[in-house]
Amino acid sequence: MDAIKRYFRSPAAVAGLILLLVVIAMAISASFLYPRDPLALAGRPLLWPFSNPHFPLGTDNSGRDIAAQIFHGARISLLIGGVATAIAILIGIVVGAFAGFYGGWVDNVLMRITEAFQTLPNFLLLLVLVAVFGSTLTTVTIAVGVVSWPAPARLTRAEFLSLRNREFVQAGRTLGMKDLQLILGEILPNALPPVIVYASVVMAVAILLESALAFLHLSDPNVASWGNLIGLGRDVLRVQWYVSAIPGVAILVTVLAVSLVGQGLNDALNPRLKRR
Amino acid sequence: MSEIAAILSVEGLGVRLPAGADRAYALTDVSLSVASNEILCIVGESGSGKSMMANAVMRLLPNEVRIEGGRMLFEGCDLCAAPEAEMRRLRGAEIAMIFQEPMTALNPLRTIGDQIAEVFSVHTDLSRAEITGRVLALLADVRIPDPNGAAKAYPHELSGGQRQRAMIAMALALDPKLLIADEPTTALDVTTQAQILKLIRELQGRRKAAVMFITHDFGVVAEIADRVVVMQQGRIVEQGPAAQVLDNPQHAYTRQLIAAVPPLTAPAPRRLSQEDILTISGISKTYRSGGFLGRGVRITRAVKDVSLKLPKGATLGIVGESGSGKSTLARCLVRLIDPDAGSIMLLGRDFVTMPRARLREETRHIQMVFQDPFASLNPRHKAAELVAQGPIVHGTPRATALAEAKELFALVGLDPSAADRFPHEFSGGQRQRIGLARALALKPAVLVADEPVSALDVSVQAQVLKLLADLRTRLGLSIVFITHDLRVAAQICDLVAVMKDGAIVEHGLAGEVFANPQHAYTQALLASVPGGAFARQHATEPA
Amino acid sequence: MRILSLAGRRLAASIPTLFLILIGVFLLLQFAPGDTVDAMMAQMGGGDAATAQALRHFYGLDLSIPVQLGNYLWRLVRLDLGFSAIYGKPVATVILERLPPTLLLMTSALSFAFFFGLVFGVIAARGVNKWPDTLISTLGLICYATPSFWFGLMAIVVFSIYLQWLPPGGFEDIGNVQTGIWHVLDIARHLILPALTLGLIFLAIYLRIMRASMLEVLNLDYVRTARAKGLDETGVIIRHVLRNALLPMVTLIGLQAGTMLGGSVVVESVFSLPGLGRLAYESVVQRDLNTLLGIVFVSALLVIAVNFIVDLIYARLDPRISVES
Repeated sequence: MDAIKRYFRSPAAVAGLILLLVVIAMAISASFLYPRDPLALAGRPLLWPFSNPHFPLGTDNSGRDIAAQIFHGARISLLIGGVATAIAILIGIVVGAFAGFYGGWVDNVLMRITEAFQTLPNFLLLLVLVAVFGSTLTTVTIAVGVVSWPAPARLTRAEFLSLRNREFVQAGRTLGMKDLQLILGEILPNALPPVIVYASVVMAVAILLESALAFLHLSDPNVASWGNLIGLGRDVLRVQWYVSAIPGVAILVTVLAVSLVGQGLNDALNPRLKRR
Repeated sequence: MSEIAAILSVEGLGVRLPAGADRAYALTDVSLSVASNEILCIVGESGSGKSMMANAVMRLLPNEVRIEGGRMLFEGCDLCAAPEAEMRRLRGAEIAMIFQEPMTALNPLRTIGDQIAEVFSVHTDLSRAEITGRVLALLADVRIPDPNGAAKAYPHELSGGQRQRAMIAMALALDPKLLIADEPTTALDVTTQAQILKLIRELQGRRKAAVMFITHDFGVVAEIADRVVVMQQGRIVEQGPAAQVLDNPQHAYTRQLIAAVPPLTAPAPRRLSQEDILTISGISKTYRSGGFLGRGVRITRAVKDVSLKLPKGATLGIVGESGSGKSTLARCLVRLIDPDAGSIMLLGRDFVTMPRARLREETRHIQMVFQDPFASLNPRHKAAELVAQGPIVHGTPRATALAEAKELFALVGLDPSAADRFPHEFSGGQRQRIGLARALALKPAVLVADEPVSALDVSVQAQVLKLLADLRTRLGLSIVFITHDLRVAAQICDLVAVMKDGAIVEHGLAGEVFANPQHAYTQALLASVPGGAFARQHATEPA
Repeated sequence: MRILSLAGRRLAASIPTLFLILIGVFLLLQFAPGDTVDAMMAQMGGGDAATAQALRHFYGLDLSIPVQLGNYLWRLVRLDLGFSAIYGKPVATVILERLPPTLLLMTSALSFAFFFGLVFGVIAARGVNKWPDTLISTLGLICYATPSFWFGLMAIVVFSIYLQWLPPGGFEDIGNVQTGIWHVLDIARHLILPALTLGLIFLAIYLRIMRASMLEVLNLDYVRTARAKGLDETGVIIRHVLRNALLPMVTLIGLQAGTMLGGSVVVESVFSLPGLGRLAYESVVQRDLNTLLGIVFVSALLVIAVNFIVDLIYARLDPRISVES
């Protein structure tokens, strides 16, 4: 398809894809390369990277292998990012579709709720949710998803608002189609692409949100999360700054990759809008 | 017109398009000239390169498009080779331009007076007070109502015609020797168009400027041109004095374009059935918008108590300008909008009071063809599916519906094997045919056509109209035909109703309304059709 | 005056939203394991069930939820935010103490992000597809992808630990309290790294939006008209493009207000600033639910206030807005 060809014409998009595949490879290979529990003690604490061939990235304050935590952390980040994004997009599409299609009081009510979620700073809401429901992997993932749905909802609503008055939708109505048929068969296939592309932005933010939570020791302490490691490294920042530096680079690379892929998708699917 | 020196002389101009465009050159070997105190009309359809010509003279081509070869001599200076600083000195002061869409061509965040004053501040040293005085004088010159208020107004506060007048004032501020007008009246109402054309002609005569007027409408050419240049696919196919080209066109394309301009006299009336298939009585629709807790509500009465009858097998034309309510009425007929009052009787049933559920079934009897060929087809469905959608929704098995769709393709003059393509692979005219096929798939008794040819090129318009007339006889269709263009209505309608501000001001047999308009508005409308005199004279010749 | 009434109407429409938030969060907090009394008892070092019962009765925590909610909303209308068991002071007092550093941080971060986002966005749009654009866009993307807390930590490592130019945290020099202009400069010195950290992500966002907005406007018809009048490129940009391209940026300030407040939680933690964000974090950890609710209220008010100001500015810039109802 042309879209795929267009995607590969952009060096940035290709670079993003490669980086993303690297991260995914790290996540998949984590169990093979580091079969032991990454949070188990492995060696002497605070070894510098490249000082010991067994620990290419060194060890942290408790003597755990940093490289193992990085590899396993890739799994966590991608998992949380992916699932939270899916939750957010799903809720967002449903809310946005009904608000945009029906308008009137349905729109009013749904938009008030969306506005409520957007007026409250989303990190604060995340804190509240974590305070109430605890910090397990499941609750954190759902919380991040719940905090992220307003933006996809607004986007979907905007798309539906503009599409529902298009002549091909009106034509569908004159042909006798029912509302649900119009929403699912006529409008949604046209509204979906920008929302799917936006999913990359949602995922980038989700990964950043979770790592911030972990940094504050409010995420699941029993998993090897990159944010956790950064938080630990804060105590030894003066000398062994690498403990915080390395997982941060990992987060940066992953979020960068996701963003580049999203941008590449956007340019590939909307060639008209690429004002280059 | 003897040895008036040419202000602009274009010789062998070529303009290259970037790779990936539908042809290599926008303009090939174009040679023309404009003398002072004359109006040169450049005529062509979309893709002919006429707008590119205008942009080339101003050297305002888009980034990837380049001038390749030829010269453009303006008062001895070659515009192709002139440095940018020189071009800036000429733009606005010696060569000025007016554009097609007055709404988007003016900066929405600055006042009209401000934007006109800018021309002075860029090219002259006049003081603030002097500039203000000149701006007001210009606005009075272009006959804008309340020049003082207009100068302080923002573009969105003026009407389309007033905005275009402001643009003309801006262009003529420094008395340019050459005025380029790129389709300045295309986006305006017929009556406004007539006024603006008159204004341009008057100002040109007074200032003895040279005008290069770009248009796609031969009626406009007949109205104001001194000389004509006909363009097709980037080349000039014919040029000469207007009278000569109009009366004695040499090139086949020119003849085709002139023939495609619908004449203003209706064809011989057909025999109409006595039985009425559609009866519209007292339809009204009022919109209430804005207001806060009941105060300051804006009431717009879009349709006021409209009553019409459509005989079986006949075509009823509803003619009006934008804001007349004709589109609202059309949408009321197919219940896309719910009228506030009145009844629509079709096949013995009242469609206004019908409940939604039953309406979905009964809607098959009255179908609609839409205006925009690009927006009326869902880009994600194949053409055959689009045509088959209606029958499938009403219970026809898929395979049968698709087979019938292919037959309909043949009926509307499209290749049935193309039915598996997506809409973006078809041209505008072909897409309208698909829309027609879709509407006919449910075998409706009445077809409502909402400006079906307005977005098409003139030559394509003629084809689609011919198709409609053909199908009308073959299938015994009754058609309600909505349009803003009287000439189109004259072509195909048996009965005509003229709408203004939501009400019907006149209606009757097409021939009678055109030959003998009773209402003042109808008379004004008929008088505003560009090239009316030419069209009437042209119509007496055999087609 | 029309501008004021329009923005005022939007403000009035936010009141139901505010109530929705408060009711929602209040009900949410009812699900929390342990309440204020549990936290208090933990502070006191334990106690028996009778004491807990008495305390609950005193604070009205044994009433039914709808009644509690009603009481709370009624007190809120009178701007009584309750009492913080952990700090031993009224919540309103605690919040007011912690508000100034946060406001200072947010305004400086916003100014930094907006100004540089604008400048770099314009530069990138002017040189589209050439090296300034590629460089700026790439750096922008990297800034966007950088976790703010990590950037803060790394900035501390570089500027405080190795270079020793700037202090690693805190709001002012506690050991050496200054006065007057020196006090202001001292606070400014302490705020440089936090403002940079908080502003970085928003810089990337504003940069991208400004660039896209400029490119969009440069393709519009009225820019062509301006060129046809003989304006040179700088004139076109300053007189026709900038103000129009600025509109989406202004809207963005309103939309990002909430996110910035959320970001301050993390930044204040990294730099040990005594602000609202850190207060929120502490309330969560210490289970001081009254204070948390108070912070939610104040944050929502802050966001609504910012949006109100943004509406005023936008209406001032865009004359088309006054016409619509």
